[in-house]
Amino acid sequence: MTGKLSKTEDAPPEGSVPMVRAQGVHKSFGHVEVLKGIDLEVKPGEVFCLIGPSGSGKSTFLRCINHLEKINAGRLYVDGELVGYRQKGDKLYELKDSEVARKRRDIGMVFQRFNLFPHMTALENVMEAPVQVKGASRTQARERAMQLLERVGLADRAGHYPSQLSGGQQQRVAIARALAMDPKLMLFDEPTSALDPELVGDVLDVMRDLAESGMTMVVVTHEMGFAREVGDSLVFMDEGVVVESGHPRDVLTNPQHQRTQSFLSKVL
Amino acid sequence: MNDIEKTAGDPGENPRENLGENPGGYSTPPAGPEAIKAIPVRHYGRYVSALVAIAILVATVYAFSQGDINWHAVPDYFFDHRIITGVYKTLLLTVLSMLIGITGGIVLAIMRLSKNPVTSSIAWFYIWFFRGTPVLVQLFLWFNLGLVFHYINLMPIYKDYWSNFMTPLLTALLGLGLNEAAYMAEICRAGLLAVDEGQTEAAHALGMSHSRTLRRVIIPQAMRVIVPPTGNEVINMLKTTSLVAAVQYPELFRYAQDIGQNSGAPVEMYFLAAAWYLIMTSVLSVGQYYIERYYARGSSRQLPPTPWQKVRANMFSLGRPKGAVSA
Repeated sequence: MTGKLSKTEDAPPEGSVPMVRAQGVHKSFGHVEVLKGIDLEVKPGEVFCLIGPSGSGKSTFLRCINHLEKINAGRLYVDGELVGYRQKGDKLYELKDSEVARKRRDIGMVFQRFNLFPHMTALENVMEAPVQVKGASRTQARERAMQLLERVGLADRAGHYPSQLSGGQQQRVAIARALAMDPKLMLFDEPTSALDPELVGDVLDVMRDLAESGMTMVVVTHEMGFAREVGDSLVFMDEGVVVESGHPRDVLTNPQHQRTQSFLSKVL
Repeated sequence: MNDIEKTAGDPGENPRENLGENPGGYSTPPAGPEAIKAIPVRHYGRYVSALVAIAILVATVYAFSQGDINWHAVPDYFFDHRIITGVYKTLLLTVLSMLIGITGGIVLAIMRLSKNPVTSSIAWFYIWFFRGTPVLVQLFLWFNLGLVFHYINLMPIYKDYWSNFMTPLLTALLGLGLNEAAYMAEICRAGLLAVDEGQTEAAHALGMSHSRTLRRVIIPQAMRVIVPPTGNEVINMLKTTSLVAAVQYPELFRYAQDIGQNSGAPVEMYFLAAAWYLIMTSVLSVGQYYIERYYARGSSRQLPPTPWQKVRANMFSLGRPKGAVSA
C-alpha cells in the first residue's frame, strides 16, 4: 500500500538503507537518564518488537524516532536521514518546526490512549491529515478514508464520534488515521494496553494484516504472542539499555540474560 | 445481556438472533408479587415554606403597585423611538466590544502560553492591569487620554486632534473591549490548557504544524470549555454597557435617563430600562444554550435535547408514571 514490494521471506532488498538506525542514543528528563546508549537497526519491511518492564525507556525511544522527544546524545536516523537535525561538516543544525513536521508525515504513530480527535467523526479523523497536511481534495481523501476504514473493519462506523466507539474500534480508527498519510514506517506505542482483553484481538488482527502487507513496524508491546508470531526482530530493554536482541522465537523461548529470564517468567 | 437471556429459559434458541425483538417469555410482565401501594409521607414543612414565600411575594408586588409610581409611563414609552435606538446601540456596543474582547483574549492567551518570556510577561502585565482596575475608571482614562496625546498622526492615512478622534463610541468600545480582553484571556487560557496533551502529540505525529494543530485540533476542543463562561461574559457585557452613559455615549440607559428627566417619570424609566435589559439577556441565554449544544458534539454520546424536544417529550409522557419515559 505504500507502493513498496510486498515482503518476501528472504532478507530485505539488497543495498537497502535501514529504516531506523540508532547509535548510542541517550535521553534524559532532568537528572533522570532514561536511555543510556541505545544501538539498534530496523530493516525495511520488518516488524520490530520492543519489550521490557515499564520505565525501561522503550516508549521514550519510540517517541524519539519521530522527534516527539529530543535526544541528548548519539545519532538517530530514519531512512538514512538524521532525525531532528541537519549535519553540515561536523556541525549539527536543528531543523525548523516545519521541516520536522514534513518528516513526520512519513511516520505513522499509534498511541496507547488512541488520541483520536473527539470533535470529529471516525471518517473526519482519517481525512484530517491528508486534507490539511497533504492538500488532498476532500473527495479523494474521503474515498481513501473509506477504503482504510473498510480495511480495519469499521466502514459502518464512519459517521460515529470516538466517544460512540469502543476502545478497540477507536484504536483501529487511529491505525487507519495513521495509514492515511501513506507512511513508510509505523510506530505503535503499546497499542493494546488500554483495551479490554476481549478487544485486543481485533486490533492485533489489523496489525498482523498490516505486517503481511510489508509495512515496516516498530511495536512497543506486552503481547508476547503477537511478538512471537508476527515479529521479525525483538529487543528486550531494561533501565535504558538493550539487554538482549534477536529473533522473537529465540529470545522468548530461550533467553540468555538473567534479567530477560526473570521478566519473561513474570509476563508469560 | 446474553447471560440474562439464557437464564430467561430458551436454551434451544440462539439468543443473538432475538436481540431487538422481545425474547421469549418477556412479552407480558412476569406474574410476580403485587405492586406496592403505600401512603406517601406528607411533607408539611414544604407547604409552610411555600406559603411563606408566596405571602412575601404578594406583599412585595402589592407594595410596588400601591407605591408612588406611575406605571402607565412604562408602556407609553416602551417602544419610544429613542428607547428603540438605545436598545439597538446597546446591542451594537455589546457585539463590537465582545468581538474586541474575544479576539484580544485569544491573542493574549496564546501570548501567555508562549515559550517566549517577553510576550508571556507582557500578556501577564496587561491582564494584571486591566483586571485590577474598575472598568468605569478605564473608560474615563480613555476619554481623557487627549492630555497625553494631543494629536493622532498615522502619517499618510489620518491626522487629527485626539479629541476629534476619540469619539464617545470609540471610547466606549476601547474601554469595554480592552477590559473584556483581559477576562477573556483567562477564560481562553483555561480552555486551551484543558485539552489533553495527547491531542497535540497526535496532530504533530501526523505532520501538522503548530498553528494548524491549534486551529484544527486544540481550539475546537477548547471551545467546549470556553463557550459557557463566554456566554456569561456576553450577558455581563450587555449590562456593563450601561456604564458608558458616563462618557456621553447614548445607549439604552442614557436615553431612559433623558426621557425620565424630561417627562418627569425618572423611576418609571429605570423600570423600563430594566425590562429591556431582561428581555435582551433572556434572548442571549437561549442563544447560549444552542451554541453550547453545538460544541458538545462528540464529547457526550447523546446531545442534550433542545427545549422544544423537551416540551414534546414531556407532552408524550403525560399521564404516565414519572421515570417510565427517559426524556
